Amino acid sequence: MAFLGISFLLWGIVILALIVVALILVFNGLILARNRMQNAWSQISVQLQKRIDLVPNLVETVKGYAKHEKDTFAMVTQARTAMMNAKGVAEKAKASDLFTGALKSLFAVAEAYPDLKANQNFLQLQEELTGVEEKIAYARQFYNDSVLDYNNAIQTLPNSILAGIFGFKNQEFFEATASAKTVPKVSF
Amino acid sequence: MTTLWNRSASNRNKSFVLFAGMIVFVMVLGYFFGIILGGMEFGMIGLTIAFFIAIIWALISYYYSDSIALAVSRAKPADEKQYLKLHNIVEGLSIAAGIPKPKVYIMEDKAINAFATGRDPKHAAVCVTTGALEKLDKWELEGVIAHELSHVRNRDILLMTLTAVMIGVIVLLSDWMIRMTFFRGGDREGGRLGLILLVVGIVLAILAPIIAMIIQMAISRKREFLADSDGALLTRYPDGLANALLKIQQDNRPVAAATSSTAHMYISNPLRPGFLSGLFSTHPPIAERVAALKNINVKAAEQEIKDNSGKK
Repeated sequence: MAFLGISFLLWGIVILALIVVALILVFNGLILARNRMQNAWSQISVQLQKRIDLVPNLVETVKGYAKHEKDTFAMVTQARTAMMNAKGVAEKAKASDLFTGALKSLFAVAEAYPDLKANQNFLQLQEELTGVEEKIAYARQFYNDSVLDYNNAIQTLPNSILAGIFGFKNQEFFEATASAKTVPKVSF
Repeated sequence: MTTLWNRSASNRNKSFVLFAGMIVFVMVLGYFFGIILGGMEFGMIGLTIAFFIAIIWALISYYYSDSIALAVSRAKPADEKQYLKLHNIVEGLSIAAGIPKPKVYIMEDKAINAFATGRDPKHAAVCVTTGALEKLDKWELEGVIAHELSHVRNRDILLMTLTAVMIGVIVLLSDWMIRMTFFRGGDREGGRLGLILLVVGIVLAILAPIIAMIIQMAISRKREFLADSDGALLTRYPDGLANALLKIQQDNRPVAAATSSTAHMYISNPLRPGFLSGLFSTHPPIAERVAALKNINVKAAEQEIKDNSGKK
């Protein structure tokens, strides 16, 4: 009897240890997915900020050649301000798409000014902005992939139990709501 | 569960096995060298010396194999201003892959090709030929870079680069031994030694391509398919890479600086088709890869290649 008792105790400890190990693995997996997602978000933020920094310079350059396009300048400035003030994932996504649209109009305007198009500074800015727009698109792709991965991780069993206990919350995708979704992928 | 994110684990294990294999190989070599040079009792001394040499070799391989591979391929760092577009593509796709931006290198060569090297995503480099920059359009170049970055993220690069250095050293060793033998040819006292060195040299010379074949096959075709599909996942445009592969096939120009030891690192076989490269093919046929990317059958892809060469 005593032998059986010890054996039960041993098995109990082994099973408990296995459960603890499994919990740790699940928890670490969740943390990993969340960190990846947060890293992805910071990638987007970096690129959004880069674009915000580049645009005033661009507007100044275009103004030198196309003074009369006031409406376009106002639109770009407004879009930039909206971008800077946007809070939260969905709002930023929407502002970003509008900003992209406004910049597209600005470059469309530039088409009508041959002198501007020959300006070295303008060409440089155009190349840089095209690069930033592409990086935003890629950062967005990476972020949305990571969010999908993370949301899957916290919603599926058995992870969801642990995720509930430790307060892992669903994350929003970086995408505009249906109304703002008409802006296509850019190429200036 | 194997996902996009943890594919690298099995490659780390394989790299470790390769390291261990390298060390054992050098130790065996040292044992025989000891016996050849000093008689039976020197076997263990040779083995001990070889062990330390192997450790140093392994450390050098780990930390410098990327520099070696780049130097052997005569690659130069790509100037950020001059190759702004290339840098932009690499940086954008690195963001999409969730890895730091690797260093960017250029190879002066008319052939269309590219490879990636390094020991982990934090210490990685991608290298493209100037021919690729000239002849590929933006989408095709993105496809090629995405393929290379997938190698980086999947940690194929350490394994591939280690293999390149190892095969390179074995080829070099066998070459030396054969040369040493001929050099000692006139030396009457070295007759026995010379003969043994010749045998060892010949054995190594035979061994080198066989080891190359085994390892390159382990690295091999599945890995290329995987990098193709992961690359397509990054650009979300599989046709870009497929068209690039078709152009490579059509261009069909060998890379001058590529050798049999570095061939498996490239996106497409960089060697002139010959007896060896035909026998030990390091890359799956382009038609199969295009078929997988375009989701068509291999026959249709072969037809497309034929049509392409007709246009030329």
